[in-house]
Amino acid sequence: MKRSMAAWWFVGPALIVLVVFFFVPVVGALLMSLTDFDLYALSDWRNLRFIGFHNYVTLLQDPLFWKSLWNTLYFVVLGVPLSIATSLGAALLVNSRLGRFRSFFRTVYFAPVVTTLVAVAVVWRYIFHTRYGFLNYGLSGLGIDPIDWMGDPHWAMPAIVVLAVWKNFGYNMIILLAALQNIPEDLYEAARIDGASGWQVFRHITIPGISPVLLLVSILTMTGYFQLFAEPYVMTEGGPLQSTLSVLYFMYEEGFKWWSLGRASAVAFLLFVLMFLVTALQLRLGRQRGDR
Amino acid sequence: MKRKGPAILVNLLLIVGALLTAFPLVWMVSVSFMPTGAASTYPPPLLPADPTLENYRQLFANHNAGRYMLNSAIVASLATAISLVLNTMAGYAFAKLRFKGRERIFQTLLGALVIPAQVTMIPLFALVKQMGLISTYGGVIVPSLASVFGIFLIRQYALSLPDELLEAARIDGASEAKIFRSLVVPLLQPILVTLAILTFLATWNDFMWPLIVLTDQKLHTLPVALAGLSREHVQDNELMMAGAVITVLPVLGLFLALQRYYIAGILAGSVKG
Repeated sequence: MKRSMAAWWFVGPALIVLVVFFFVPVVGALLMSLTDFDLYALSDWRNLRFIGFHNYVTLLQDPLFWKSLWNTLYFVVLGVPLSIATSLGAALLVNSRLGRFRSFFRTVYFAPVVTTLVAVAVVWRYIFHTRYGFLNYGLSGLGIDPIDWMGDPHWAMPAIVVLAVWKNFGYNMIILLAALQNIPEDLYEAARIDGASGWQVFRHITIPGISPVLLLVSILTMTGYFQLFAEPYVMTEGGPLQSTLSVLYFMYEEGFKWWSLGRASAVAFLLFVLMFLVTALQLRLGRQRGDR
Repeated sequence: MKRKGPAILVNLLLIVGALLTAFPLVWMVSVSFMPTGAASTYPPPLLPADPTLENYRQLFANHNAGRYMLNSAIVASLATAISLVLNTMAGYAFAKLRFKGRERIFQTLLGALVIPAQVTMIPLFALVKQMGLISTYGGVIVPSLASVFGIFLIRQYALSLPDELLEAARIDGASEAKIFRSLVVPLLQPILVTLAILTFLATWNDFMWPLIVLTDQKLHTLPVALAGLSREHVQDNELMMAGAVITVLPVLGLFLALQRYYIAGILAGSVKG
């Protein structure tokens, strides 16, 4: 009796905080997206009107919303595979017995993960500078003409992908590294005795051994990448020609520049539904592959 | 003998990868010591010809960097301290205390992990406005006061605490609060360090919510201030790099000092899937 009462004292504070500042706002977002919540409603809730699915209907007719959606998908489709490939490459290198000072390299590769996104976005904006940036200087050594990374609608998003991959690959590298170290050594031993080539070992032992973790990190990375915001905010302000306007950036502008908070909630909800669907699809594909 | 080729290749790739990874951060530090305009030349200089602290002086004297740094430190410390207490109490209770609906509540919390925080941001803004917390430290830390991830992390660790030990303390007549303080907390110490550093770094680096809720410039945290400054001073590369250095250095230093704990947290968090 007394003990279960005590238990509530332990979980109570955290639960209250989570209910008030997380669960209520989640329901609130759904409700707000069905209203015309704006600056007037923010000062006096009596100005609030219920407008059904009007926000969703107008959003789906808004070319700028679709633009932000395509941009975000482009970022995800380009960024996630590149990130995972880089993470896997780094994990294999750091895991290799042939390498020296491996824990030093692991730390260096991981360092960008803990840096402040806004700060490194400022640094990368400078690296991408058309005239004085180091990237164009390096490329000129290869005989490539300067690219206007931040000013050309074709290059701005790939540039942001480069920053994202650099910033994030260390995170998945750590997780993949742990998975690699869990593969039993005798499997490799057996393959060696059978005379398997390096590629065969990688394809038939390493990849199957880490595939559940690979699925996990791709889902985590993907949901993270759907939330693109700070990079375009700092580096391009969504430009040029809205080529780096992400869904969250669109939501931010709808909500806090135009104060259409009802509409912005609808944007947030659509993004959530999309992320949920893509995650479910990925899990399903992953399971099917696992069954085979 | 035969293995020499692959070994050279692996080590070479490790070095090239490390150079590419470290370069932006090293260059950031190097340019921050260059006098104004020195970095806007071609070819881009690698090292400062005459190193100067002028950019840092300017940041603190003319751009209020000291204030922003203090704001960041206050926000991150407050959020870390409070959430550490709430998450630890809840995580321990979910692992070791029996109460009605324990499993169901815990499963509901885990299910909520699929909902991104951004979904809550707009109603949260309206809520914080109602509470009169716009542009206050309280308003910034409100969403990080407790976290499902933190509760999960503590619970997983607390599951391994021996029940006999807790029972023995109860038989000796110790209250639940006393058991928690003098027995459980010391045993949880490694995971507490992990959760503390994860929370501190996350709140220090956070951008979108502080940007929304801190309308008063005096209360800006470093990332918000730096984003604003970098829009006004697009050409002042040297000054911006110094701003980036003071934003990144505290968290990078903290990470290097407590690396083991941080990585343990990531690995523990990734098993949840």
